[in-house]
Amino acid sequence: MSHVKLTDVTKRFGPVVAVNRLNIEISKGECFSMLGPSGCGKTTTLRMVAGFEDLDEGEISVGEKIFSSSFKKYYLPPEKRDFGMVFQAFAVWPHLNVFNNVAFPLQIRKMPKAEIEERTRRAITYTGLSGSEHTYPNELSGGQKQRIALARAIAINPTVMLLDEPLSNLDPKLREEMRFEIKDLQRKFDFTIIYVTHDQAEAMALSDRILVMSEGVVQQIDTPLNIYKKPANQFVFSFIGLSNMLPVEIADGSVWIEGNHDAGAIHTEIPPQVKERRMTLAARPYEIDFVRVAGVRGIVKRVAYLGDIIDYRIMIGGVEVRVQKNRKRETFRENEPCGLKFNQVAWYERGTSS
Amino acid sequence: MADVTLEKVGKTYGRHEVISDFSITIKDGECLTFLGPSGCGKTVILRLIAGFEHPTTGEIYIGDRLVSSVEKNVHVPPEARKIGVVFQDYAVWPHKTVYENVIYPMQMQKIAAGEAKERTLAAIGQVGLGELQDRLPFQLSGGQQQRVALARALVSRPDIMLLDEPLCNLDANLREEMRFEITALQKQTGVTVLYVTHDQEVALAISDRIAVMDKTGRIRHVGPPDDIYEKPADPFIFKFMGVSNFIPLEYRDGQIFIGESDSPLGCSVPEGGLERIKRRELIAGCRSYDIELTHKESQTRGTIQRVIYLGATVDYLVAVGKKVFRVQQDIREAGQGGIPFRDGDQVGLKFLDLKWFENQAIDEEVE
Amino acid sequence: MIKKHFGNFGLAEILLAISVLILVIVVAIPVLLILWTALFVDGKFNTADILNILSQPSTYEALKNSFIIAAGVTFFSTVIGVFFAWLVSRTDLPFKETMKVLFLIPFMLPTLIGALAWKMLLSPRAGYINKFINDLFGLDGSFFNIYSLSGIIAVETMYLFPFVFIQVAGALERMDPTLEESARISGAGLLTITRKITLPLMLPSIAAGALLVALYSLAHFGVPAILGTEAGIYNIPTKIYEQIYQSGGSFKAIRTGTVLSTILIISAALILYIQSLVLKAGRFQVIAGKSMRPMLLKLRGLKLPLLIFSILYLSITVIMPTVTIFLVGSLKTYGINFTWENMSFTNLKYILFEWKMTKDAIWNSIYLSLSAAFVTMIVGVLISYTIVKMKVRGKFILEFLGVLPFSLPGTVIAIGVILMWSGKFGVNLYNTAWIIFFAYIARYMAFSLKSNSAALEQVSDSLEEAARACGATHWQSLKDIVIPLVKPGMVAAFFLIFLPAMRELTTSVLLYGPKTRTIGVAIYALNEDGETVYAATLASVALVIIIIGQMIIKRITQSKIQGVQ
Repeated sequence: MSHVKLTDVTKRFGPVVAVNRLNIEISKGECFSMLGPSGCGKTTTLRMVAGFEDLDEGEISVGEKIFSSSFKKYYLPPEKRDFGMVFQAFAVWPHLNVFNNVAFPLQIRKMPKAEIEERTRRAITYTGLSGSEHTYPNELSGGQKQRIALARAIAINPTVMLLDEPLSNLDPKLREEMRFEIKDLQRKFDFTIIYVTHDQAEAMALSDRILVMSEGVVQQIDTPLNIYKKPANQFVFSFIGLSNMLPVEIADGSVWIEGNHDAGAIHTEIPPQVKERRMTLAARPYEIDFVRVAGVRGIVKRVAYLGDIIDYRIMIGGVEVRVQKNRKRETFRENEPCGLKFNQVAWYERGTSS
Repeated sequence: MADVTLEKVGKTYGRHEVISDFSITIKDGECLTFLGPSGCGKTVILRLIAGFEHPTTGEIYIGDRLVSSVEKNVHVPPEARKIGVVFQDYAVWPHKTVYENVIYPMQMQKIAAGEAKERTLAAIGQVGLGELQDRLPFQLSGGQQQRVALARALVSRPDIMLLDEPLCNLDANLREEMRFEITALQKQTGVTVLYVTHDQEVALAISDRIAVMDKTGRIRHVGPPDDIYEKPADPFIFKFMGVSNFIPLEYRDGQIFIGESDSPLGCSVPEGGLERIKRRELIAGCRSYDIELTHKESQTRGTIQRVIYLGATVDYLVAVGKKVFRVQQDIREAGQGGIPFRDGDQVGLKFLDLKWFENQAIDEEVE
Repeated sequence: MIKKHFGNFGLAEILLAISVLILVIVVAIPVLLILWTALFVDGKFNTADILNILSQPSTYEALKNSFIIAAGVTFFSTVIGVFFAWLVSRTDLPFKETMKVLFLIPFMLPTLIGALAWKMLLSPRAGYINKFINDLFGLDGSFFNIYSLSGIIAVETMYLFPFVFIQVAGALERMDPTLEESARISGAGLLTITRKITLPLMLPSIAAGALLVALYSLAHFGVPAILGTEAGIYNIPTKIYEQIYQSGGSFKAIRTGTVLSTILIISAALILYIQSLVLKAGRFQVIAGKSMRPMLLKLRGLKLPLLIFSILYLSITVIMPTVTIFLVGSLKTYGINFTWENMSFTNLKYILFEWKMTKDAIWNSIYLSLSAAFVTMIVGVLISYTIVKMKVRGKFILEFLGVLPFSLPGTVIAIGVILMWSGKFGVNLYNTAWIIFFAYIARYMAFSLKSNSAALEQVSDSLEEAARACGATHWQSLKDIVIPLVKPGMVAAFFLIFLPAMRELTTSVLLYGPKTRTIGVAIYALNEDGETVYAATLASVALVIIIIGQMIIKRITQSKIQGVQ
C-alpha cells in the first residue's frame, strides 16, 4: 500500500498546463525527490500536495485518506493536512523566538502545555538548536533559520514532510552538511519525504527515487543510479550530470561525427533499434578515454585545471567534445592532437529532447 | 603593460585593520588571482591598486610609477592610472547603450572620433556582442552585460585589468565560457590581470599564479595553480583547496597508527619522521581521491559509513576507529557494474599520496 | 596628522561646508530662535511666563483640543486605513487595482478644500445636506453640525487615512507569502494567522502610518480653521494664528506663538521617537524574493456589499465634496438652488481674469511653489549627494539637520522664519514673498532630501567607480553618470514639492502680506469674508491645477519604472 499517491493529477494556469496527468506512488519512509528546471511544475505539484493549490483533475491521497479529488469534488485545506513543510526562504517568523516558532503548530492544536514543552524541546535538540530557545531568528544565520523551520515541521511528528528547495538559499558547504542532517532526521522520525529541487547533485545524494520533470510531464521515475546510467531520454541524460550531445551519422555500417569522416569512425556498437541515419550520440565526459590507437582524432582546444579533475575541450572538426579526467592520468596540452574512445554511450533521435 | 608592486601596504577602517604589512609583486603580463574567503581583504587590495581607496601605510607602484603613498603624500586618482576594472555587479551604465558604454573610456582619453569608433566596434565584436551595440543594458542578459563590462575595460588598452568576482552572478555554464574568454583576451593583449575571487575552480582554471589569503589578510602561499594544489605550503592551503582529510597519527610500539585504532598508516614517513610524529610536530593530509579502497585483506581497515552516488563520482565516508575519512572515486574506477561498496562493508584502505606538514593550528576558519 | 592633498577630498569638504551652511540658515536658526524666544525673557531662562501662558483657559483649551483631535483622527484613520488595505490586498475584492488607485485620491484633495466642501454640505443652517434632510422630514434642527470636534475629526480622517492605507497595503503586498503559508501548514486557520502572524508583522507599517497621521493632524491649520473657529474650537495652529492676527503681529502674541510652537516641537519629537522605537523593534525582513501570490480570503457573499461600501465611501468622501465645490463655484449667489439658470462661468472668469486679489493669489502660489520646488530640488541633490556618497566625517550633522524640519509643523516653521527674517539680523523680509519662499524651502527640504537620497542610493557606487576607472574625474562622473540617473527622481521630487506647496495654507497664513497672498490664503480669506461662492470657485481652480500636476507626476514616475534603471 503506497503512502502518498497522486493519480492523474493535472493543473492548468490559463492555457498553460503546468502539471500534466501526473501519476506517482510513494512508499512509506521513502525519500522521494522531484527534480527539474525552474518552471517544470515540481513546485506546483508540491503545493497541490500541501493544499495551497487545488488540482484541476485527479486525486491526491495519503494512506487511506483522500486530500484532494476532482472526481469526488473534495478539497481539504492545508491547515487540516498535518504535513510538516519547509520552505526555500525559511519562512521563520521574525517576531517569535525560536521556542515559539517551533511550538506554534503544537499550540494551534491546543495540546497540553507539558506536552508542547516536551515535544518542542525534543525537536529543538534534534536539530541542534539547544540553547537558542530564546533567541530571535534575525540573530541567527541562514542555516540555523532553516533548522528552526525543520524543528517546527517535525514538532508534530508528521508522517509526511514536504521540502521545497530548502537548501537553495544556503552556501555550498552548508548545503552538503544539511543534506545529511535531513536524512538523519528522517531515519530518526521515520517520515516520508517529498523533496523538490533543481540541483541534481542534491537529488542524487538524498533520494531513494527521483522523478525528473520537464514542462509538467514526467520524464523518468527511478533510483539515482538508474537515472544516471539508464536515462530514459535525451532530456534526462543532459539534465543529470555533464553530457556531450554529438551529432552523428551512420554510413557504411560505421558511426561518424557528422561532417567529419576524416576524423575517423567512432568504435561503438549500433543498437538494433536504431533505424535513422542521423542520430544524436550522448556521452558523459567521464566515459570518454584518450587513446593512442584507433580513436576518433581531434585537437585539444582548451585545458582547464580544476584541482582533482582536468577539464578538456576537444575539437573534432567543428564539433566540441568535453572530456574530464582525473589529474593523475596522462595530461594533454592545448593544440595537441589526440584520439578519443567513447564508452557507455546512449542513442537518441534527432530533434527530440523529451 | 606593467607590473604592480605593493610594499608593506596596510589598510585600517576605524579600528579594524583589514590588511597589514602586505607586499607582493604582480608580474607584467601575468594573471594573478587573489583567492580567499569573504572578508579576507582581497577586494580591498584590488580597490587600493585601482585607487578607489587610499592605503593607511605603505606604497603602491604601477610599473616604475609611485601611485599611492601616504608618507610621500602621493595619490594618483583612478582616472590617471590606466586601469580597466570589471566589477562584481558589472557596473554597466543603464542609461547608455552598449556602444556608448564601451566608447566612454576613449572619450575620456580624448581619442579621435574615427579611431574611437573603430576600436569600440572591434571590442564589441571581440566579446561577441556585435549586433547588440544599440541595446540598453536592461535588454541584455547577465552574461551579455558582463561582456559589455569586459569590452569597456579592455578597449582603452589599460596597463592592468582588475576583476572583482565578475562571474559569481552567472550560471555555471556561462561562468565557464566567460572564464575562457577572459583568459583568451588576456593572452591576446598581454595585459596584466589581477583577479579576485573566493571560487577555487575559477582561480585554478585561469591563473598563472594564485595568492591564497586567509581571513586575517595574510598571504599564505603564492604560486602556480598546480603547485598550490600538489604542494600546498601549509595545512590551511591544503584544507582550502578541494576535499581533504587530516590523518590523526599515533606512535605506538614503533609503528604509526591511525588514531586509537589498530589500523597502521601503512605508508613510509619522511626522514626522521617517526620521532617528530612522536613529538606531535608532524601531521599528514590526504586528498579524497588519493585513498584507495579494496575488498582485499589489509592491515589498514575501515567501515563504510555512507555511500553517495553523484553520477560521475562516488562519495564515501569511511570510519577508521573514531576518524571518518572522506573518499571519492570516479565512477569508472568504482567498477563497471555499479558501486562495489555498500553501507557497513569492511574495506581495506591504502593512502596513495600523503602530504606532510608542520603541526599548526588547523582550525582556522577556512570559509 | 595626515595632510590631505587629494583633489577629490577637497571637493568633499567644500560640499559639506556649503550643505551645512544652507541647512543652518534655513533650518537650524529658525528653530533655535523659537526655543530661545519661548524659554528666555530678556536673556533669562523663564518658566513662570510659560506656565502663565499655558494655564490661560483659552490656550489650555486649544492644547486640549489639539490632542483630542489628533487622537481621534489617528484612531479612526488607522482603523479605516488598515481595513481598506486589508480589503485590497488580502481578499478577492473585484477591481482591486482600480480600488488601490481610487483610495489614494483623498490624499490628493487638499484638506482645506475638503473642509470647505463639508462646510457647504453640513453647516448647521445653510448646509445643503442639512437643508435637504430638513425639507425631507420636515425637521428644523440640523442632521449633523459640522462645526464640532466630531466634524473636524471626521473630515480630517477622510483625507488622512491614505497615510495608513499606503503603508499597510504596500507592506501587505511585499510581505513574503510563505510566512503565512507556513502558519497554514502548521494548522492555523485564516483568523488565527491574521491575529498571530500578519498583524504583528504589519505593526511597524501601521505604526508608521498612524504616527504620520498624528503628526499631521496636530500641526494642521485648514480644517480646524474653517470648521472650528465658527464654534470657538481652536487647536494650536489656529490659536497661534488668532493671537497674532488679532494683535496685529505684536511681540507678545508671537511669544505666545513660540511657547505653543515649542509644545508642538516637543510633541512632534516624541512622536518621531516613538516611531523610531516601533520601527526598530519591528525591523523585520518580510520582503519576498520570489513573487508569489499571497493567500486571499474568499469574500463570497460579502463581495458585492463590500465593493459597494468601498465605492460609497469614496463617493461620499471624494466625489461629493468635489462636485459640491465645482457646483457652488458656478453659482451666481450662495444658497440658491442648483439649476442651469443659476449657474454660469462668470465667477470663473472674474476670478481668473478680473479680480486682482485672486489673480495675484494664483500667480503668487504658482511662482512661489515653482521656485521653492526648483531651489529645494537642486539644493536637495547637493546635500543628498554629500550625505549618501561622500566619505567625510561630520555627515551626521547634515542628516540630522535635513530631517529636522520634517517633524516641524508648518506653523512652527512660519514662526521661526518670522523671528529670523524680521529684522533681527538686519534683513527684514516680513510681508514679502521672500519670507514665504524661505519658509517653503525649510518646510519641504526634508522631503527633497528623502526623495533624492532614495534615488542616489539606487545608483550603486560601482557605477561611479567604473567611470573613474575609465578615465573620468569625479566631476565628470557626476555629470555623465550620476545626474542622468537621478534625473527622474529629481523631477518627481520637484512635482512632489510643487503640488503641496501650491495648495498649502498652514504656513503662508501666518506670513502673508497684502500683496503676497497664496491660493490657500485667498480661499481661506474669501471664506472668512463670507464670499463662499468665490471661495469655491477659486478652490475649483486650485483643484484643476492639482489634478493636472498629479497626472504629470504619474506619467513621469511610470516612465521611470519602465525605462532606465
